[in-house]
Amino acid sequence: MSEAQIKSLEEEFEARIARDEKIEPKDWMPEKYRKTHIRQMSQHAHSEIVGMLPEGNWISRAPSLRRKVALLAKVQDEGGHGLYLYSATETLGITRDELFEQLHTGKAKYSSIFNYPALTWADIGAIGWLVDGAAIINQVALCGTSFGPYARAMVRICKEESFHQRQGYEITLKLAQGTPEQKAMAQDALNRFWWPSLMMFGPADADSPNTEQSMKWKLKRKTNDELRQQFIDQTVPQAELIGLTIPDPELKWNEEKGGYDSGEIDWDEFWQVVKGHGPCNKERMKARVSAWENGEWVRDAALAHAEKRQEKKLNKAV
Amino acid sequence: MKKEWPLWEVFVRSKNGLEHRHFGSLHAADAEMALENARDVYTRRNEGVSIWVVESKNITASNPEHNAELFEPAQDKVYRHPTFYDLPDEIKHM
Repeated sequence: MSEAQIKSLEEEFEARIARDEKIEPKDWMPEKYRKTHIRQMSQHAHSEIVGMLPEGNWISRAPSLRRKVALLAKVQDEGGHGLYLYSATETLGITRDELFEQLHTGKAKYSSIFNYPALTWADIGAIGWLVDGAAIINQVALCGTSFGPYARAMVRICKEESFHQRQGYEITLKLAQGTPEQKAMAQDALNRFWWPSLMMFGPADADSPNTEQSMKWKLKRKTNDELRQQFIDQTVPQAELIGLTIPDPELKWNEEKGGYDSGEIDWDEFWQVVKGHGPCNKERMKARVSAWENGEWVRDAALAHAEKRQEKKLNKAV
Repeated sequence: MKKEWPLWEVFVRSKNGLEHRHFGSLHAADAEMALENARDVYTRRNEGVSIWVVESKNITASNPEHNAELFEPAQDKVYRHPTFYDLPDEIKHM
């Protein structure tokens, strides 16, 4: 194809997106669109399955059967959400094995929040309330994104995820109403998860060079800072209602802007964790890789069994 | 790993009276496993009463580049729609 032809295809493509048409896997798309989507969607899928690790550890330690079934269902959902997203990513012409390979070798990223440890039961509350809360804000914005399979996966995920946040808030609420020790535990979890949750929205707009392109492709409907502000404004009253304090001394209601002013994020910490030096990066990847490697013989055996049965069927037919 | 499990497309009937609708895809070693996985992945909240799985490689799809030849001829055939025909106002139901 000549350069002029590609340019005209690209213009038509951008115009389709501007008209709110969806792009489907077999449609022509610019190479950059394909690559950006593989990167973002697989990062999203990886985040779902790595996100199972900090919580999975608490399933057998849940304080009651009610909490245990809820957490089990939540972690199972995350596995499911990872699968929706991996399948959607594969429609762009990359295999599941290649995607896992990218995760396991560190070529692909996942949400940094899962590189923080879940130290106490209260952390399970904070993760549901804050981490899932932040994720939902990001994901609702993606339900209208331009790539059809991604948008459809997002709609399903958003529908299923609102219980995740509620169960987390309920855990935090109960602890906040409990003994002074329990309340202190809830506050401590909020203290540790507040800032990393704000970091989930990504770098500040000024340091986010891809924002303009992503907005055009509707991979983003709002900027990182706008979504972060939305999260702060929605979460502060939820903390106040249950008597917990947001660990930000600069947090103050700003009547004029109709939102909260807040303190500066520790961006050094943000980049450190992104680059792999967070508290649990190594541990998470070790758990993930060992699960994959230890499962290899099972995957191979299942396939060998299926092939053998298929052969038998064929032989009988002959 | 020798090779990947094949890819399957999953269709779910949400209740009797409705058609099976495409829900998504998944990997499985064979059809039985595809059904079991589809049940776990796509019907965790009573979304279905029946599941079909079909190996993705068995689906033949039209090429979007041929959309003009395939679908545009229907656009100017307004006489295929009831609103094309003039009826007297007295006829209320037809």
